[in-house]
Amino acid sequence: MNGFFDIPSDLQNTWAGLIGLHLREALLPVLAGLVLALPLAQLCVRFRWLYPPVLGVTTVLYAVPSLAFFVVLIDYTGQTELTVMIPLAVYSLVVLVPAIVDGVRSVPQETLAAATAMGFGPVRRYVQVQLPIAVPALVAGLRVAVVSSISLVSVGALIGNQGALGNLLAAAQKYDRPELAANSVLTTALLAIACDAALVGLRALLTPWMPRGGRGRRPAVMAK
Amino acid sequence: MSAHRRVFGALIRMDSVTKRYPDGTVAVDRLSLEIPDRSITVLVGPSGCGKTTTLRMINRMVEPSEGTILLDGEDVTRQPVTTLRRSMGYVIQNAGLFQHRTIVDNIATVPRMLGRSKREARERAAELMERVGLDTALARRYPYQLSGGQQQRVGVARALAADPPVLLMDEPFSAVDPVVRKGLQDELLRIQDELGKTIVFVTHDIDEAIRLGTMVAVMREGGRLAQYAPPAELLSAPADAFVEDFLGADRGVRRLSFFPAAGLELTTVPVVPVDATAKRLGAAAKSPYLLVTDVDGRPLGWSEPRDLTPGDIGTDRLLPYGRPFTPGTDSLRAALDCAVLSPTGWAVAVDADGKVLGVVSQSAIGEAIRTAHAGHAGAASAPVTGAVS
Repeated sequence: MNGFFDIPSDLQNTWAGLIGLHLREALLPVLAGLVLALPLAQLCVRFRWLYPPVLGVTTVLYAVPSLAFFVVLIDYTGQTELTVMIPLAVYSLVVLVPAIVDGVRSVPQETLAAATAMGFGPVRRYVQVQLPIAVPALVAGLRVAVVSSISLVSVGALIGNQGALGNLLAAAQKYDRPELAANSVLTTALLAIACDAALVGLRALLTPWMPRGGRGRRPAVMAK
Repeated sequence: MSAHRRVFGALIRMDSVTKRYPDGTVAVDRLSLEIPDRSITVLVGPSGCGKTTTLRMINRMVEPSEGTILLDGEDVTRQPVTTLRRSMGYVIQNAGLFQHRTIVDNIATVPRMLGRSKREARERAAELMERVGLDTALARRYPYQLSGGQQQRVGVARALAADPPVLLMDEPFSAVDPVVRKGLQDELLRIQDELGKTIVFVTHDIDEAIRLGTMVAVMREGGRLAQYAPPAELLSAPADAFVEDFLGADRGVRRLSFFPAAGLELTTVPVVPVDATAKRLGAAAKSPYLLVTDVDGRPLGWSEPRDLTPGDIGTDRLLPYGRPFTPGTDSLRAALDCAVLSPTGWAVAVDADGKVLGVVSQSAIGEAIRTAHAGHAGAASAPVTGAVS
């Protein structure tokens, strides 16, 4: 019987396996984006003139369709997960850089002055004062980046079954099994909701110092 | 005195210090100031007069363009900047607390950086919370859970945590309401009595300057020093029209804060108890008004002599006596204020228990003011340690 959870054998994976693959392909790029965005944002805070061009470049990169990235990347990285993940990491920058910059800038002047006056050097001040206070804004950015990345992974189906749950969409067409398409859409949505909830929990854990009800700003969700 | 190691204040000497910014603006212009140790020196002036810049040059948050600043005889540029800053407490407007740390961890910040253990630093923090009048039950709270006044107390405790000889305060109380501010000022004076730090205090509020300062430096636009003097001298002899204008129209009355009311000659002739005999009333009847007291000697109100019946003085028709003053602790300003507020023009003097010591007329207070001024002029500018409240 061809059921909801019967994955065609040419995908060489179970439903749970596809979920694991999907998470890896979605979250690793955001992690890479974060590692890249932290120093980039710090540079933008330190040198104000750098922020507009950086913002411009990340926005332009975000506007490049993933297919265009694939075409270029496939010559170097082939039909692999990496080819899917590189554009996703680049896309996450458009949310993460402004989120971190805003977060770090939201630290009140008198807090910074007090830290300096107490003998904090620039590094200690960044790590112990600015970054922790930027956590709510940073997590708000991560939520958008993660959800968007989870939905975007599916595009990988176009380059030889590298789209994890997205591959089910192609399979649905190929084998005329619409329930596989439903499976793909529902599972992807549930993954996005679960990851978002996990991030909300993480923020609550990291910021016991926030007034209840939350003051964390959330950048507007961008459609892609 | 406790067995604790006590670190007292240090002397700060600014020698022809100038701060010029790259665009040519001069924030502070050849400022020379000797800030005495173990006292409160207030820098006061209109906004843009360079008072905050001056303060920040002491801990090198701003580097002077010219001139030198000596701390206990040693140039402040001789030691690493972070070491210098950790030896100076800093209190800022709105407290500038670390919102992501608990109250106790905020206060423990500098001791932790200086390498004390977490336990030791937190014990010290709890001790300081008590010193600045904070309930130690607040230790585990976060800054957002405290009122503005409480946050500012945390700011002071945090600045004192490493027992620095110097305390720099940049408009610390200007963002709280007047009642809370008065409380914080009292607390600062009390703490200073106990600790004897060298405090440099920046404010734009001349009343605050006069209330807190042992010495007051009035600064004017362009970062120049207009006058540097004890507050009483500032009020009696402003150096020029700018200082006079900055002090405001009532500097004569304010100056009375520095003269104690203890010397006033009180009279008890018009004071009668509520159960006074006819003879007692007759003796007092020459006064235009009589002050009626209860049987314990506490004031009840004023009355004209003819309205009083011996043995049974009705207390419902008495005129209010206003606010009394206490000669031992109040100033001539308080006494004058009482006389001005009194419907009869007589001020009521009471002891610490609220019992009437006597009354004094406006003209007698006026006489005392003239005597005090004459005496002060004779004593030239003897240092005055602080205002009588």
